[in-house]
Amino acid sequence: MQTKDLVIIGGGPAGMSAAISAYNEGIKDILIIEREESLGGILKQCIHNGFGLHKFGEQLTGPEYAERYSDEVEKLGIPYITETMVVDVSEDRVVTAVNKKDGYFQIKAGAIVLAMGCRERSRGALNIPGHRPAGIYTAGTAQKFVNIMGYMPGKSVVILGSGDIGLIMARRMTLEGAKVKAVCELMPYSGGLTRNIVQCLEDFDIPLMLSHTITDIHGKDRVEGVTVCKVDENRKPIEETAQYIECDTILLSCGLIPENELSKSAGVVLDRVTSGAVVDETRQTSIPGIFACGNVLHVHDLVDFVSDEAEIAGKGAAEFIKGNTKIGETVEILPTDGVRYTVPQKVTRGEGASLYFRVADVYKNVTVALYKGEELLAKKKRPKVAPGEMERFEIKPEYLENTDKLTIKLERN
Amino acid sequence: MYDIAVIGAGVIGSLIAREASRYNVSVVVIEKEADSALGATGANSGIVHAGFDAKPGSLKARFNVEGNRMMESVCRELGVSYKNNGSLVIGFDDEDRKVIEDLYDRGVKNGVERLEIVDSARLHELEPNVSDKATVALYAPTGGIVCPYGLAIAALGNAMDNGAELERCFEVKSITRKGDIYEISNGVKTIEAKYVVNAAGVFSDRIAAMVGDNSFKITPRKGEYMLCDKESGGIVSHTIFRTPSKMGKGILVSPTVDGNLLLGPTATDIDDKEDTSTTPEGLAVIANECLADVPGVPTRTVITSFAGLRSVDDKGDFIINSPAENFINCAGIESPGLTSAPAIAVYVTELLKDAGLSMTKKENFNPNRVSMHEFRDMTIEEKNQRIKEDPTYGKIICRCETISEGEIIRAIRENPGAVTVDGVKRRTRATMGRCGGGFCSPSIIGIIARELGMKYEEVTKFGGESVYNFGEVK
Amino acid sequence: MKREIICTNCPMGCPLTVEYEDGKILSITGNTCKNGITFGTNEVLCPKRTITSIVKVTNRDMMLSVKSASELPKERIFEFMDIINKTSVTAPVKTGDVIVADIGGTGIDIVATKSIR
Repeated sequence: MQTKDLVIIGGGPAGMSAAISAYNEGIKDILIIEREESLGGILKQCIHNGFGLHKFGEQLTGPEYAERYSDEVEKLGIPYITETMVVDVSEDRVVTAVNKKDGYFQIKAGAIVLAMGCRERSRGALNIPGHRPAGIYTAGTAQKFVNIMGYMPGKSVVILGSGDIGLIMARRMTLEGAKVKAVCELMPYSGGLTRNIVQCLEDFDIPLMLSHTITDIHGKDRVEGVTVCKVDENRKPIEETAQYIECDTILLSCGLIPENELSKSAGVVLDRVTSGAVVDETRQTSIPGIFACGNVLHVHDLVDFVSDEAEIAGKGAAEFIKGNTKIGETVEILPTDGVRYTVPQKVTRGEGASLYFRVADVYKNVTVALYKGEELLAKKKRPKVAPGEMERFEIKPEYLENTDKLTIKLERN
Repeated sequence: MYDIAVIGAGVIGSLIAREASRYNVSVVVIEKEADSALGATGANSGIVHAGFDAKPGSLKARFNVEGNRMMESVCRELGVSYKNNGSLVIGFDDEDRKVIEDLYDRGVKNGVERLEIVDSARLHELEPNVSDKATVALYAPTGGIVCPYGLAIAALGNAMDNGAELERCFEVKSITRKGDIYEISNGVKTIEAKYVVNAAGVFSDRIAAMVGDNSFKITPRKGEYMLCDKESGGIVSHTIFRTPSKMGKGILVSPTVDGNLLLGPTATDIDDKEDTSTTPEGLAVIANECLADVPGVPTRTVITSFAGLRSVDDKGDFIINSPAENFINCAGIESPGLTSAPAIAVYVTELLKDAGLSMTKKENFNPNRVSMHEFRDMTIEEKNQRIKEDPTYGKIICRCETISEGEIIRAIRENPGAVTVDGVKRRTRATMGRCGGGFCSPSIIGIIARELGMKYEEVTKFGGESVYNFGEVK
Repeated sequence: MKREIICTNCPMGCPLTVEYEDGKILSITGNTCKNGITFGTNEVLCPKRTITSIVKVTNRDMMLSVKSASELPKERIFEFMDIINKTSVTAPVKTGDVIVADIGGTGIDIVATKSIR
């Protein structure tokens, strides 16, 4: 069996950034394993701009952002293999992969960074009743058809869910000649960035129907239309509000799910809310030497934060390989009162961490507060928070003394 | 001109074609869709029933028990997934207990072996996750599960390997008797055959009417299902039935041969023979009933829902007869039709012989077919040998189910070749995983287009107008 | 005239009310910081957007992604799309290569956003 100091599973923005970070920490015996034909991950099909504002201070498109990192990987000479699929990861860090040239092969890794990304919630998982014709795609699949394959998956479109990919695809389909009839959102607010609502919907007069959902799909071979209903406060469709919208295509943008099948095969403990691994401040999972970052850990709003997180994971993996990992007790961070989850979920005593978290609803004028029991440790005012946008909070080492858990919550001003 | 034309490439028509291909006769299978198993065969419970449910003396009872006994060997020959997992009919009260006792008696009369009525303790030993409220059960160790479309596709493929032909996308519009010959037409093209077998599922009453037989009517009975992710497959190991009611065997909870968990079906009589839409009511009923039977059923891991149409006739039994010279009906083959199929196929060939068709055994008939999951089931060493011979087996296309390009190419090239994405799906499981084909369908479309010399935008999901794309963006 | 717009300068998303006449801003209200004034002014008087799209690559079985090197007048987007739609390129192409120079006489180029060897 061949050995590697560090095996990185996934050559998207997270994997590349983790590799560069570990390399810069002195780890040279690295292998990035990528399932597609080239590095870049999902950014390759995200041809719109808006990436890199935090990281590079400029507005890049997805392929450009990816190229910054893949150029760096090439320049540093970090080894990678493409068209290679990892099929198993074991608890003792043996990675099993397959490709055309080598068949099935195994690598014993000193450390592993999981960077497999996420998948979109499919029609099946949404359990939308109705017929099962062609013409129902996740927004990302449609994006691949249009931007990568160069084919038009629809002429008249209804989009379910106002996640960012759905909004981006509303604009892409419109620019390429399709008619986007409506975007239906089950919730009373959009899950996407405000900027995307303005530039992808309002610019093209595409109606955003909040508190609406698709209740029936019509058409036997190809989609012919949808029934759309308003929903009540319990998200149950109100039958009297049913309206028929003719369309040949339905795009789904109803959430992303971290792809943790390999993590599960290794026995990594997952967080029920994020569907990603439970990690400490170095992004180490419950299994020593296995780290996770990017959308496989939790779904991010901006790729810039993915890169930041992957740098942390890459550095953590490097320290682990060098035998420098601080072994200490960890303090659990408990999200309550409007805070859905935090990453990391635990912090090693004596260390500090930037805590990333998401909120459960849209709130205005709130204070994010960190408590040790009844004692308020720190707070931060926020004029507006929304589930679509990730929040940050700094944990200082002194907060972690004399306790095994802290609580983070939202308080109304 | 063929000796036999079989109308319908479902599990019944396909197995009849395979049976007939054992003999020195020419066989054509006529299918209105682009592939085999797109009707009831493609959307049902996949249960190999023990045979305690059918009325003693009925065709259903006879062929169910016979078919159950044949299923394992037929599946072995055809390389189809089959598992003898046993079934349990669970009861909650004294009324249920009475029904279960009746079923037991019927089963014994029908010749079902090893039937047993078990108490709550034994039931929960067999299935710890079944509701605590269940107090009694009928245990049928001979019950099983099978991949229904896998069986139909493999049977048709094996028939074709042995000389049968397949005419796809041929919707029969008329059947005309010309002397000793039947002329079967789709309005454009005519196929001639000496003998016709009507295995047209929900449309079998219309086909029968084309030769003047108006003696029965088929009412589609819709059954809706939900399929859960493989992570939930282990919650039960047996097929769990609720004690039956008038509308059918009730909603079941069962593992599938692929390791998923199947919930359903509902039972609603409808008019439209093509209405396979799912409904919010139906899906809610399934979730509720399954939770009552097996409280831990993880409905949040549902990866897809679908509906199938049972061909329910107005006679209460299978209709297997000859209403016109050299014309045989196989109609009303609802549950336990899948289980009965191998036995019905043998019976129909006997009817053909009785009708005067000269059938001598083919010397070189090969009953075997390599499993569609051959590669998946190999050891790592065997897989590596195959990848060395054919590197396409090393390129994973469907990541959720780990399906390689080589397996997809095989599905397209091998009888009856897949021509659609759903065709590839049913043969290989590609797109059948948790992402619903989001990642791999663009690649599969490309492979189909390349293999069959089609344009990318011409490739469909399941034939007809079910295109994925409307042409190039630029 | 009066227009209601959402400021997209930051995630706050302030609802702005902009009053204007003859190409002049009369008042902007609803903003919580001074960036709102700049945003409101530009958005009402000369809204601009970056365009991203794809063009055909004649000698490869793939598409080339492109963008406008800076923002273009919003109301002419479909005019620019027509030009982009009629454009094709021959590989190799490098990120930043000009694919359409001075699109629609704006002085702004459409450039490649990926490299094709």
